[in-house]
Amino acid sequence: MLKDIDEMLLTSEKKRENLIPILQRIQQRHAYLSPDAMKLVALHLGISSSEVYGVATFYNQFRFHPPGKHQIKVCLGTACHVVGGDIILENFERKLGIKDGETTPDREFSIERVACVGCCALAPVAVVDDVVQACMAPSKVEGILLGFDIERERDEREKQESEASQ
Amino acid sequence: MKQANSDVLERFRTLIRQARQTVQESKEPGKPHIYIGMATCGLAAGATETKQAFEETLAERGIEARIIPVGCIGHCYGEPLVVIENPGFPAICYHKVTAGKAGALVRAFLEEGDPLFEYVLGALEENDLIPTVMDFPRFNLERRVVMADCGALDPENIDQYLAGGGYESLLKALEMTPEEVIQEIIDSGLRGRGGAGFPTGRKWQAARSADGSRKTVICNADEGDPGAYMDRTILESNPHQLLEGLAVCAYAVEAENAVIYVRAEYPLAVKMIRRAIDQAGQAGLLGAHILGTRFSLSVSVFEGSGAFVCGEETALIQSLEGKRGMPQHRPPYPVHKGLWQQPTVINNVKTLSSVPTIVKKGAAWYRQIGTQSSPGTAIFSVVGKVVHPGLVEIPMGTTLGRLIFEICGGIPNRKKFKAVQIGGPSGGCLPESFMDTPVDFDSLTQAGAMMGSGGMVVMDEDSCLVNVARFFIDFTQNESCGKCTFCRIGTRHILNILERITKGEGKEGDLETLRELSQDIKTASLCGLGKTAPNPILTSLEYFREEYQAHIREKRCPAMMCRALTAFYIDLDKCARGCDACVGSCPVDAIFTTKGRKKAIDQELCVKCGECMVACPTEYDAVGKVSPSELAPVIERPQEKAS
Repeated sequence: MLKDIDEMLLTSEKKRENLIPILQRIQQRHAYLSPDAMKLVALHLGISSSEVYGVATFYNQFRFHPPGKHQIKVCLGTACHVVGGDIILENFERKLGIKDGETTPDREFSIERVACVGCCALAPVAVVDDVVQACMAPSKVEGILLGFDIERERDEREKQESEASQ
Repeated sequence: MKQANSDVLERFRTLIRQARQTVQESKEPGKPHIYIGMATCGLAAGATETKQAFEETLAERGIEARIIPVGCIGHCYGEPLVVIENPGFPAICYHKVTAGKAGALVRAFLEEGDPLFEYVLGALEENDLIPTVMDFPRFNLERRVVMADCGALDPENIDQYLAGGGYESLLKALEMTPEEVIQEIIDSGLRGRGGAGFPTGRKWQAARSADGSRKTVICNADEGDPGAYMDRTILESNPHQLLEGLAVCAYAVEAENAVIYVRAEYPLAVKMIRRAIDQAGQAGLLGAHILGTRFSLSVSVFEGSGAFVCGEETALIQSLEGKRGMPQHRPPYPVHKGLWQQPTVINNVKTLSSVPTIVKKGAAWYRQIGTQSSPGTAIFSVVGKVVHPGLVEIPMGTTLGRLIFEICGGIPNRKKFKAVQIGGPSGGCLPESFMDTPVDFDSLTQAGAMMGSGGMVVMDEDSCLVNVARFFIDFTQNESCGKCTFCRIGTRHILNILERITKGEGKEGDLETLRELSQDIKTASLCGLGKTAPNPILTSLEYFREEYQAHIREKRCPAMMCRALTAFYIDLDKCARGCDACVGSCPVDAIFTTKGRKKAIDQELCVKCGECMVACPTEYDAVGKVSPSELAPVIERPQEKAS
């Protein structure tokens, strides 16, 4: 990962104003910012790593822990709040046994709360793996998670079958 | 100095000719055309599946038709929206077109000529067959200036914008001197749509006369207000209109650089605006020597990383310079010393998107719309408890009552209107007595709310104002950059007090403390975020004081929204024996069977999500809600037999 970041840094100019775009690119490729990655960026731009950390933690977009394979973002904007967005969040948390901002121990799921995804007319809304799920309900939470379970079981079965046939 | 000459004109005419030809050629006369709204709202409602269903059914039936993805027309309640132009019929708009309906439409309408009246929203033109959309107050009372072409164009196709008269205003501006352009904007009375309503023309003039070699124009598309999404829609649905306004502005202030600061949370908008910049560059409408003149403009996109405070102009500039987005002291204002200490104009998406029409039709035309002090239109995203939520563009001066009850269809399920929250976290909550208030910058500010970014959340009797105030202060508390003590710590204290109140732990004197803290935060904060953060508290305290008192004195939430103060129960007289509908719906298995083979809720386990209320069949309607929670009947769970 660090090698990849090193290569990426070579292509970007050593200008302070590039700091945020660089961090965005790293996160896009590696899903989060590790302490080592931030040190590399600091070295590249000639600023202290605390400054990089300071900027990165200021913005909501940046993550400092690896997220799960499936990312669940629950919208808690005004419109979603009025129709019970927090209940949706709670349901995800209960079903997965983690709090918002955390990742399940098997690294399958992570939950985040977001301010507004701009689909207020379809509230409450959750974004699951970049797909916006409109008009959420606790039963729909179960449905979505069940879908992943079925998918995983099917994958495992197929894997076993292909191993058995070999 | 004017820039346009006959060469420029000729070049532009060729461009338009080619665009018209391409658009003409792409239309296939005699074939049906299917337009699908595929902006974020449409996609969330399932437009991708709808499109796929159209494609599959068309292929299966061997029908040739063109499918054109378009932007959003703002009628979010009806998504996915589809417009079908079938030869021999008027253009018909269908709403809530799911995959199944899409298949049915192809078979019935395209194959057999039955327009399936049950799915129709309305025809787009006058005809003898189908009622038109103009019969709806929503279409009739709206006045579209900025969003006129949203949902009618393919946002990824510059030719469609050009063929419809696009970039003509840029040409017209180039035929004028920059001073003339600025004068036109001043005459039009256009005020910044970002919230504060500063006169746009005066801002441009200040930037033009400021000293600096490297002026910049920034389009502020960092729409952080939870509950507003019109900027996203404009970027996704008509990005070229924004670019044209941006170019006119840059020409007027003599800037050669422009930045579009857009939220990274809007991936589709980022993609659309990037593509539009590329296309305009290739057509010679942006970049070096626009249309062969001496005017050059390079436009870049900066993805904002999600900090609400970056909507404030000095914080936005800090963020562009790669720093933490902390607001700075003004003066110096950005028009004098902005990005890299150079004169910088920062305008909102809606402001810049209004510019092309003003230049094209003239200041006098624009002044006819709206009120004397706030000319033009306002775009609101009306969401929450209304029948027809979505984006609405209305002339300034329309009353709140007309907007909520006529255009958006009022409150669903025969509930009572309670309050409307205008302007997001910095706005205020207004009760029913304000329904005659005209919507414009000055009247709203006077009422204690503000135009803000145009977010409008309608609340009915089921919404608790204390809870909503807590929500907003939670948001601003999170987003406070931490620079000013009162904003950083004061909002935290307000949040703590409100959290106590919503949990039933409020005490006498809390309301006075809240008011005092709010006033202090307002006076002692540097930027707009802190100055306006207490607005939701102050307005709700003023208009809904009894609701706060019910929480504190009676431990009761009148709207039954605060979960710590409410309880669900099942009315044994109404509950039907043997019905199990609620049991399966409960996410925590809190519902058990009583000795009389009816159902009851274990209050210890209940998380108050309300699913059982939805699940209970309407003919029984046995699930009820009470506040304070002690009022719920206590029913013992029968001991399970040891097996």
